[in-house]
Amino acid sequence: MTETATLFLALALIPLPPLAAAAVLLFMPGRLRRPAGAIAVVAQALALFASGTVLVRVVAGGDGFREVLNFTWFQLGAETVVPLGLLVDATNAPVLLMVSLVGLLVFIYSIAYMGGDPRAVRFFCFLSFFSAAMLGLLVANSLLLLFICWELVGLASYLLIGFWFQKPAAARAARKAFIVTRIGDLGLFLGMIWLYREAGTLLFYDGGAGVLETAVLGGLAAGAAGGMTAATAIALLLFIGAAGKSGQVPFHVWLPDAMEGPTPVSALIHAATMVAAGVFLVARAYPLFEASATALSVVAWVGAATALLGACIAVAQREIKRILAYSTVSQLGFMMLSLGVGGPVAALFHLLAHAFFKALLFLGAGSVSHGCGEEKDVLRMGGLGRRMPLTFACYGIGMMALAGFPFFFSGFWSKEAILHAAQAWPVSPGPFWIALAATFLTAFYMSRQMLLVFFGRARSEAAAQAHESPRLMTAPLVILAALSVLPLVVATPAWPWFEALVRGGEAQWALSRLLAPEVWPLLAGSILLVGAGVGLAWWIYHPGRREAAGRDPLEDRLGAGHRVLAEELYWDRTYDFTVVRACRWSGRLAAALDRWIWGGAVALAAALARLFSALADRLDRRGLNHGFDLGCAGLRAGGIGLHRAHRGQLHFLLTTLGVGAVGLLLLLAWL
Amino acid sequence: MDPLLPLIIALPLLASVVLALAPAGLARRIALGFAFAGLALALAAVLRYDTAVGGLQFVFRYDWIPALGAEWYFGADGLGVLLVLLAGLLGPFALWMTPPELPLPRLFFALMSLLQAAALGVFLSLNFVVWFLFWELALIPAFFLIKLWGGDRAGPAAYQFFLYTMTGSIAMLLAFLALFRATGSFDFIDLAEAARAGELMPSLAVGAPVAAGLVFAGVFLGLAVKVPVVPFHTWLPDTYAEAPAGVSMILTGLLSKMGLYGMLRILLPLFPELMQAWMAPLLVLALASILLSALAALAQTDLKRILAYSSINHLGYCLLGLFAVGAAAGPAAGLAAGREAALAGVCFQMFSHGVTAATLFAFVAVIEARSGGLRGLHDFGGLRAAAPMLCGLMGVALFASIGLPGLSGFVGEFLIFKGAFGLVGGWVALALPGLLLTAGFLLRVLLRVFSGPLPERWQAFPDLTRREGLMLFPIVGLMVVLGCFPGLLLRLFHSGFALLP
Repeated sequence: MTETATLFLALALIPLPPLAAAAVLLFMPGRLRRPAGAIAVVAQALALFASGTVLVRVVAGGDGFREVLNFTWFQLGAETVVPLGLLVDATNAPVLLMVSLVGLLVFIYSIAYMGGDPRAVRFFCFLSFFSAAMLGLLVANSLLLLFICWELVGLASYLLIGFWFQKPAAARAARKAFIVTRIGDLGLFLGMIWLYREAGTLLFYDGGAGVLETAVLGGLAAGAAGGMTAATAIALLLFIGAAGKSGQVPFHVWLPDAMEGPTPVSALIHAATMVAAGVFLVARAYPLFEASATALSVVAWVGAATALLGACIAVAQREIKRILAYSTVSQLGFMMLSLGVGGPVAALFHLLAHAFFKALLFLGAGSVSHGCGEEKDVLRMGGLGRRMPLTFACYGIGMMALAGFPFFFSGFWSKEAILHAAQAWPVSPGPFWIALAATFLTAFYMSRQMLLVFFGRARSEAAAQAHESPRLMTAPLVILAALSVLPLVVATPAWPWFEALVRGGEAQWALSRLLAPEVWPLLAGSILLVGAGVGLAWWIYHPGRREAAGRDPLEDRLGAGHRVLAEELYWDRTYDFTVVRACRWSGRLAAALDRWIWGGAVALAAALARLFSALADRLDRRGLNHGFDLGCAGLRAGGIGLHRAHRGQLHFLLTTLGVGAVGLLLLLAWL
Repeated sequence: MDPLLPLIIALPLLASVVLALAPAGLARRIALGFAFAGLALALAAVLRYDTAVGGLQFVFRYDWIPALGAEWYFGADGLGVLLVLLAGLLGPFALWMTPPELPLPRLFFALMSLLQAAALGVFLSLNFVVWFLFWELALIPAFFLIKLWGGDRAGPAAYQFFLYTMTGSIAMLLAFLALFRATGSFDFIDLAEAARAGELMPSLAVGAPVAAGLVFAGVFLGLAVKVPVVPFHTWLPDTYAEAPAGVSMILTGLLSKMGLYGMLRILLPLFPELMQAWMAPLLVLALASILLSALAALAQTDLKRILAYSSINHLGYCLLGLFAVGAAAGPAAGLAAGREAALAGVCFQMFSHGVTAATLFAFVAVIEARSGGLRGLHDFGGLRAAAPMLCGLMGVALFASIGLPGLSGFVGEFLIFKGAFGLVGGWVALALPGLLLTAGFLLRVLLRVFSGPLPERWQAFPDLTRREGLMLFPIVGLMVVLGCFPGLLLRLFHSGFALLP
């Protein structure tokens, strides 16, 4: 078997085992909960193994390594063949590894977390299905296949957010997530068919004819219609899809509500993988975005706005998972910002780093809630550090990685790279300053959460009696904590191996680069900002303070501003008041239109028909019938007279007729 | 002369005769036997259809009334075969889902078979007189089925259905009489060839230039009522809601396809100039069908009415594809690709909608049978807890209806939008909100009926029986199979469509 063939065998093997597991689990009886978890974990481990193989191959492949395998999905006729394809290159190979690895850890964690749920088999079925769709999304070499998987991960997200469907809030959150992301998906859909029309194909790479290759891109960037090139329009439409999936403003409203789902789902789907799919889409289609400066600017500004708004709102949240959700929104904004300002490698690295530490934080939050009786309010926790030491240690690492504590955490370096890219953006300094502000806020809200949850005294009965979680839950935490540190070695300015892998080229080890004049001032500045954020949090929430349980000291300091932030800037309420209400009323209007206007026209026609028939009826009876009756009377009188005249001659007549007929027949026969 | 097509039409006719004479206790079995035999014949047609050659196959001609131009003339291209398959599937499906205790079973099943025969006749006839005979024949059993076995308000609904569609038919009949006067032919093929040669319009316009437009409007009205196109749709929600389960399934699955089939077979080939000239109003009607019906569906609370509006909405995408093809006649290569995709999409969507919508009506019937006739959106809640299999399978059907990739609904919509976007661009973008609204009102069903706490009264809500599952499981499986391997059906259109360039 050739090397390429083995590569594609491995590539196909990445999404297939979870898919097969999902199919098996779909038909598995609900009582077999343990075997179900085992099947899902084994399938995921296979996917991880295959991903590792593929990554090794990509790294060995060196500069600009890319392999594609295209095949026909269906054919319509002479004109239309619809192909799909698989692809592996340095953009998706690391993400594949991350998704299958985080997936595996979350699956293991779920065995403990969901083991007692009567529908655990269904849970693992959905989770495996999600994993398959997500991995399929990553290996797609066709926007169509990517879109198909994109929708399928959306379905998995819908099913898993609403997994506890008996809870009305969960069911509503699931629907909201599906509908809001679908608004974005329609943008993506339109962008896709537009791209199809312009390029005649949806394959990303196809030996020079793919949509991300120069021949097609040149054509897209050339023609202008309505003030923008096709490339701009298509890129913006794709970005609408990406923004919906990745919780960018103004589509972010679904993501915090999605926390109604079980915690492993929040960790895997709504923190590490699916929500990053939008970022991945932009990174995948980056050549197309590069063809349009306008589109990139939009991406940068939307990303910046999201990074800042998410961080602001996170400051005033009380639910442990909701804080993390807004943090995810904010971090996804960082990634988009990075893509917009021309730092796709930094975005990709932040995507990977964020996946590990955010999954860690969510699983940690699950462990915390699990330990103290499903409590979710951070203001009713406290002092958990002593009672859950392992969770505390892991959570601390995740928090420091997210907050950007210097040097020993991957999050620090990825954020650094993003700030660096933003600083170098020639178009505007705005996103850079916004990113700095968001960095400060991130350090603040994460320290706040940390202090409220793990330090000080217990502020509720449940928190006082908290216990450490079982080993099946803590083991993934430890591994994820390690992964929040380790990847840093491949992406510091001292050894930019990751950049070399994605961009091509050779990474040189040089510690001195850290002290280069374009690097160290920013490093120092962001360290100071993080320190300021942590210090401020310590000042407000220091463990020795004495406040009533359930009262946030920030409330007193921020006053009305705190309320606005706690209410999430009234975003949901605004939508309820405008979009949702408009939909409801236009629905009623359409129903009324049906009933009164269209239905009314039919009823009018029917009434007119009835009126005419009544008139005709009257005419018939009074006019025609009466005349007919008169005529008939006359006829009858005449008939009686005739009858009298011909009485007794009937027999004669019949006889004559009969004889005549027989004669005629004989005549005809003879002739 | 291939006897296959006359056999396909004659089989359900024979069934209705046999049913009229058979003992009542055996009626259901006899009807099902005939229906499954019909499915076998349909499969035979699909397998025997030579996709490499394409065009009309299995042609059967036999003179009937030469003076009137009437001829038993049957033939099927990919579209015809596809619809025969749809009818073959839905026939046994609808009978299977009919509740067991039924007044007058012989008459019911005989009329159902007659309805099936009429629909098949429409899909296979190539002569207007015969075609129109079947077209009108469909009305009679449908009327009695709705009136006699329908819900509380079935009487008015049946009359409205009958009179409304009859009005459309009369308009169409007059239009065809005018066509016959002008050309001396009722033969769809001859008429299409005359149209392609550019002779049809001039010969129609002799005397009065407005005549061509009137003829077109007449044919359009007849077909539009049947589909239906907004605003000629007001008969539909009442009719679907009042009709008994099996009949709603056939109405939405098959009878709505008669109108679309007529548009593909008559409007597009015979009136290309007028389709192009009237593209703007036609596309507006398509958009109205997509958007207004989806919005109206949002305001409904009766499950059957939601599905009824959903049906208009989904067929609206077919109209969009059809009218886009009509709007963009011309030899340019890009247009040819667009037409090909849009037409294939329309056909795939017809099939997919036929299966999906019929399945959803079947599920509502299943729910209704368990709830003692309740089918309001707010009558239920949390049914997933009590009946996971029912809700799971119905959920798949709902997502197929939403157009989720991997299920059959996506392929048709993708091809229609892809094709139509290449032909009429911006119009297509206006239809996109429809896709969102579709998801909106269907997810509302999932939310209200399946989710939330299970009310006390439905604690013992039975899940699917083995008998129901035996039919519903393969049908839902078909949605998955077609969503993943659409080539299974699309291969029927490899060589294009009969009568269309």
